[in-house]
Amino acid sequence: MNGFLAILLKECSHIRRQPSTLFFTFLIPIFEMLIFGYAIDTSVEHTPTIVFDACRSRESREMIDALANSRSFRIVGEAMTHHEYEHAVISGEAKVAVAIPPDFSQRLLAQREAPIQVLIDGSDSQVATAALHSSVLLGLNQSIARAKVYAEAQQAAVARDPAGRAALPIDIRPRLLYNPDLESAHFFVPGLIGIIMQVVTLFLTSLAIVREREAGTLEQLFVTPVGRLGLMLGKLVPYAALGFFETLVVLTVMVFVFQVPIRGDLLLLLPLSILFLLTALGMGLLISTIAHTQLEALQFAFMIMLPSFLLSGFVFPRESMPEPIYWLGFAIPVTYFLEILRGIILRAADFNDLVPHVRGLVICCVVVISLSVSRFRKQLD
Amino acid sequence: MTPAPIVIDVDRLTRRYGAKIVVDQLTLQVPQSAVFGFLGPNGSGKTTLIRMMCGVLRPSSGRARVLDCDVVADPERVKRSIGYMSQKFSLYADLSVEENMDFYGRIYDVPRARLRQRKRELLDLVGMHEFQRQLAGTLSGGWKQRLALACALIHEPRMLFLDEPTAGIDPVARRDLWDLLFELSGRGVTLFVTTHYMDEAERCTHVGYIYLGRLIVCGRPEELKQMPEITPAGTRREELRCTQPSAALPKLRGLPGVRDVTLFGDALHLLIDDSLTEKALLEHLHGVCAHASVQPMDPSLEDVFVTLSRREAARDHAA
Repeated sequence: MNGFLAILLKECSHIRRQPSTLFFTFLIPIFEMLIFGYAIDTSVEHTPTIVFDACRSRESREMIDALANSRSFRIVGEAMTHHEYEHAVISGEAKVAVAIPPDFSQRLLAQREAPIQVLIDGSDSQVATAALHSSVLLGLNQSIARAKVYAEAQQAAVARDPAGRAALPIDIRPRLLYNPDLESAHFFVPGLIGIIMQVVTLFLTSLAIVREREAGTLEQLFVTPVGRLGLMLGKLVPYAALGFFETLVVLTVMVFVFQVPIRGDLLLLLPLSILFLLTALGMGLLISTIAHTQLEALQFAFMIMLPSFLLSGFVFPRESMPEPIYWLGFAIPVTYFLEILRGIILRAADFNDLVPHVRGLVICCVVVISLSVSRFRKQLD
Repeated sequence: MTPAPIVIDVDRLTRRYGAKIVVDQLTLQVPQSAVFGFLGPNGSGKTTLIRMMCGVLRPSSGRARVLDCDVVADPERVKRSIGYMSQKFSLYADLSVEENMDFYGRIYDVPRARLRQRKRELLDLVGMHEFQRQLAGTLSGGWKQRLALACALIHEPRMLFLDEPTAGIDPVARRDLWDLLFELSGRGVTLFVTTHYMDEAERCTHVGYIYLGRLIVCGRPEELKQMPEITPAGTRREELRCTQPSAALPKLRGLPGVRDVTLFGDALHLLIDDSLTEKALLEHLHGVCAHASVQPMDPSLEDVFVTLSRREAARDHAA
C-alpha cells in the first residue's frame, strides 16, 4: 500500500488540470441518455406506404381506410399505374406498397377469395417484420369482421359474448406489466447505466496508466519504493469514485427526467453497482497491462465495448441470437449487470431473484481482477 | 587511507531480448563517491544496464549488488536509497515544479517538515525558486533536467543513476548540471552517468566503455590513457598544428609510418611509428601547409575508446 496516498493525490491533480476528463465523464453520458432515451424508439410505426387502388369501390376504400387507421402504416401516395406502384418501393419512396385488384369488390360480393398484394421492402428486417405482421393482422381482422356479419345473417356463430353477439371462440387478454405504455426509455435507460459506467471506468483507467507508460513516468515510478498495490489502487480509486458519482447522476436523470422510477431496493442496487464498477476497473487495468500506447489502449477498449453494446442484451434481445453468440454473452460482465439493473429498477426484483446474475458477476469480477493484478508488475519487459 | 567501499558490484550480468544479447556477461565495480562515466554507442546496452541496476528490469543471468542490496533477488529494497534520472523527461508535465517535488517526496515517505526543508534546499541547489509554481511541461530543456535532478534527490539517495542527463541541452546548462553533480559527489553521493560527450567523460573519476553489450574498458581516465594497447610499443602520439590541417589530413594518411590521423579543430592527432622522425614528417608536408609544428602528446579518452572499439570490431569481424 506504500505510496497510495501520493498517487491518489497526484491523480486528482491530473483530473483537475485536465477538464476534458470531467467533460468525458459527465457530459457524454448525458448525451448518450438523451439519444437512447428520446431519439431511439424501437417500436416501428407509420411505415411509409403507397396504395394502388385498381378497384375504386366502397369495399376497396374501406380497406384503405383500415390501413391508414392502423398506426402501422402511413399512406404517402397513391399509384395510378402498376408501374408506379412497383417503382415506389424500388425508389425508396415507400417501404410498403398495397395493390387492390380491379375485381376486389366483385369477388367479395360473390363470396370468393379476394387477394390483395402487399410488397414489403425487406432490407430493414425490423421494419419489414412489423409491416408483415401488421398487414396479415389487418387482413385477418377484416376477414373476421365479414365472417361475423355473415354468421349473424346465418343465425349461427362459433362463439357468443355475454350480450349474445357473435364473438371469437378464443379471447386473448394480454396485460402489460412494468411498462404498460411500452416506452422504449424504460428498457434502454436502466441498461444505459451499466454501459455508461463501463465506458467511463474502462477508458479512464486504462488511459490513466498507459499515459504514464507512454510518457516514461511509469518507469520513473518503478524505480521508487511505491508498492504494487499502492500504485494500482492509487490509480483506480479516483476513477472508481468518479464512476460511482456518475452512477448517482445518471440514476437521478433516469428517475426525474425520464420518469423511470426505481421500483426495487436502491440499497441493493448500489452495492451491486460497486461490484460491477470493480469489474470494469479490473478490465481497464488489464488493458493497461497489455497496451503500450494510448492508441492501443483505445483500440482494446473499443474491442471490449462493442460486444458489451451488442451482445449483452442492451439493444438486441439475447434470446434471439444464435446459440454460440448467446453463450458468448455470458462472458461479458455487463450482461449480468443489465439483468440486475432491469430487475431491480423495473421489476422490483429482490436479491433472491437475482442470485444467478449476481453469481455470474462475482465470477467475472474475480477472474478479471486476479488476471489483471497478477499481470501488473513493477518491472519493465 | 582505506580504499572507498564498493557500492556497485556487478558480476557477469546478462540481459537477452529473444536471441539478441543486449548486455553480455558484464562485470563492473564502482567505489563510493565516484563519478562513474559510462560511455558507448547508441544501442550498446547502457540504458538496459542502468535499468537492471535500478531493479526495474530482470537480468537474464548474473548478479548485481547496489549499496549492498541484491537487486536481482530483491529489487525493491535498494529503491529507497537510489535516485534515477531517465533519458527522457519523465516528470508530470501537467503538475507544477512544486507539485512534482511534493509527489516524489510523498512516494518516498519523506516526513512533511523534512520535505519542506528538502524542497527549499533543492530549489536552492538547482536555482529554481522562481519557477516553483510553473507547470513542469512549460520549462525549457535545461530547467526540466534540473527539476528531474531535484526530484531524484528529494529522498537524499546515496546513489544516483543518470541516463544521458545532458543530451539535448545547451552548453551552459550542461556545464551547470555537471557542477551540480560534482557538488553531490563531494557530499558522498555516488554517481553513475551515461554520456556521449568526451569532455564530460574526461571529468569523471572513473569511466567505462561498452561496445555491443560488452564492457571493453573500465578504470580511471589517466590509467586508461597509459594502457600499452593505446600507444603500442614502437609508436608515439604527436600533435601537429598547421594553417590548413584539413589539407594535410589526406597527405598524412598515405604516409608510411603513420598509423592513425584524426582532426581536432585546428590540430591533427597522430599515432606514428617511432622510426618516423618529426623532421621527416614536416618535410613531407612542405608545400601543403605552412607554419607546421609538432609536439608529443598524451592520448585522449577519445583515442582510448576509438582504438579499443576498432580493435573489438576487428576481432568480431575475424570471428
